[in-house]
Formats: sequence, C-alpha cells, structure tokens
Amino acid sequence: MWNSPTEFFAMGGYALYVWSSFGICACVFLIEPLAVRVRHKAIVRRLHREIMAEQFDHKGRQ
Amino acid sequence: MSNVNNLSSSRVVNWFKFSSPSTFYPLAGKMIPWFWALTMIFGAAGLWISFFVAPVDAVQGQGYRIIFIHVPVSWMSMFIYLVMATWAGLGLVFNARLSAMMAQSLAPIGAWMAFLSLWTGAFWGKPMWGTWWVWDARLTSELILLFLYLGFMALQASIDNVRRADKAGAILALVGVVNVPIIYFSVKWWNTLHQGASVSLTKAPAMAQTMLWGMLLMALCLWMYSISVGLMRVRAIILEREAHTDWVKQLNEVKR
Repeated sequence: MWNSPTEFFAMGGYALYVWSSFGICACVFLIEPLAVRVRHKAIVRRLHREIMAEQFDHKGRQ
Repeated sequence: MSNVNNLSSSRVVNWFKFSSPSTFYPLAGKMIPWFWALTMIFGAAGLWISFFVAPVDAVQGQGYRIIFIHVPVSWMSMFIYLVMATWAGLGLVFNARLSAMMAQSLAPIGAWMAFLSLWTGAFWGKPMWGTWWVWDARLTSELILLFLYLGFMALQASIDNVRRADKAGAILALVGVVNVPIIYFSVKWWNTLHQGASVSLTKAPAMAQTMLWGMLLMALCLWMYSISVGLMRVRAIILEREAHTDWVKQLNEVKR
C-alpha cells in the first residue's frame, strides 16, 4: 500500500491530522503510567522514612 | 475476631478476601506485568492493521485512519464511566473500601479517554467537516462526560474525610450515568453532524472486516491499558489510605 516511508508519513496529505491524533494519544499513554509510578514511589518512600524515624525514636528512648 | 477466622479457614475459596486491600495489593502487583504484556500485543496488532492492512477509504482517503484511535478511545470513555460508577455504587451500598478506591483509580483514565476522544475528533472534524468543533449533540454530551469525570475527581479531592469523599463522589458518579446513553444514542435521537454508529450490535457492521478488526484490537489494547494503569494507581491509593496500618509497614518495599 505504501511505496516509500515518505509516502507513509505524508498520509495522503492528512499527515497533520493523523499524526497529531495518534501522537497525542501516544503521549498520554506514556505519561500517565509514568506519573502513576512516581506517585507510587513517593508514597513508598514516605512510608519508609516514617518507619526509619520510628526506629530512630525507639533507639533513642532505650 | 473468631468469626473472621472461621470465615477465612472455611474450605471453599473465599473470594471476598480479595476485597480487602491487604490481600488485593500484592495480587494486583503480580497481575500488572501480564496486563502490560497484553496491552503491547494488542496494540502492536491493532496498529499494524490500522496502518498497513486496512485499505484506503474511497471518500476520506488516508485521513480516515483516525477512526482506529478515535472510536476506541470514545468507547473506552463511556465504558470506563460505567465501570467507575459501578465500583462507586458498590462502595456506597456495601461500604467497601476497595470498591471506592477502584472508582477513584479509574476516574483519571476515563477523563483522559474523554479528552482524547474530543481531541482526535477535532483533528478528524477539521479536514472532513471543515471545523474543529460544533455544538452538536454527540460532541456536547461527550464534553459533559469529560466534565463529569473532572467533577468527580474535584469533588473527591475537596473533601478531607476520605469516607465522606467516597460517598459524595459515588452519588455524583451514579447521577452522571444518565449521560452515557445520551452520548450513545445522540446520533439517533437528534440530527447531528456526527455520523451514525459505525459498529452496531444488531446489524452487520457497515465497514470492511479488516477495519472492524483494527478497531476491535485497538479497543482491546486500550482495555488492557486501562486495567494496567487502574491497578497501578489503586496500589498507590491503597498505600496512601492505609498508611497507618501494620500490614503496610510489614511490606518488603516499605521495610527495605
């Protein structure tokens, strides 16, 4: 169907519309999982720090 | 306490035990990689058909290929709303914590799908209809869906008490369900610029088989994507909400 990569990327003159549609979807589907990962890591780090603080507190009291 | 022990030690598999955040958290962690693998497989197959197998359209040329992303994201925006409202409703009726967390986890995915539906629709409407936007029944009701998602998220975020936030959000989500059939049937009920349904449950699809396959594979890909991201986010929400509990403090990733 496509004779050359240039023809593929030109999308029969609809390049702007086709690639901005697919492009924004690719961006969203890439950024969202990364943002969720950051959120998960942040809460794990916070909980870890809390446990360390508790242990430190405990040792100090002894 | 003895009651609880009796329940969990009974011979039948107790499926309700997965409704507890402490058992669901590790289970979700194990399922996530599998759903990502399925996302990749369906996505690769769907994109291959969308760009290399499906023939060029007689009227719209290559520009019609937007259908392969526009229709699946639009389906997902409506479907995720129904799933989210179901979880929110279950959380309201059974006072189940995990159900409410699932609803909260799905809302941003649905909002993104609704946004992408409007965005890809605009980029399809411009070359074909000559306009980015019209106040047409289908487009307007989809915009309201986006606002419902944003309203649900904003309402939950604005109430400090988590349980009350869940209840208020659930009521908003359930009332908003009325919008989903309005979107779906808008092209039948009103004269719209938007074309009718391309795929119908009752009639043979009015399009080439390959196009239908491309759309279905892309929809499956987005379905698996939504489950993956939903599980990932619900795990973060579980930790945030259960931060005070002992089982969270015993987790390996927390203890390190």
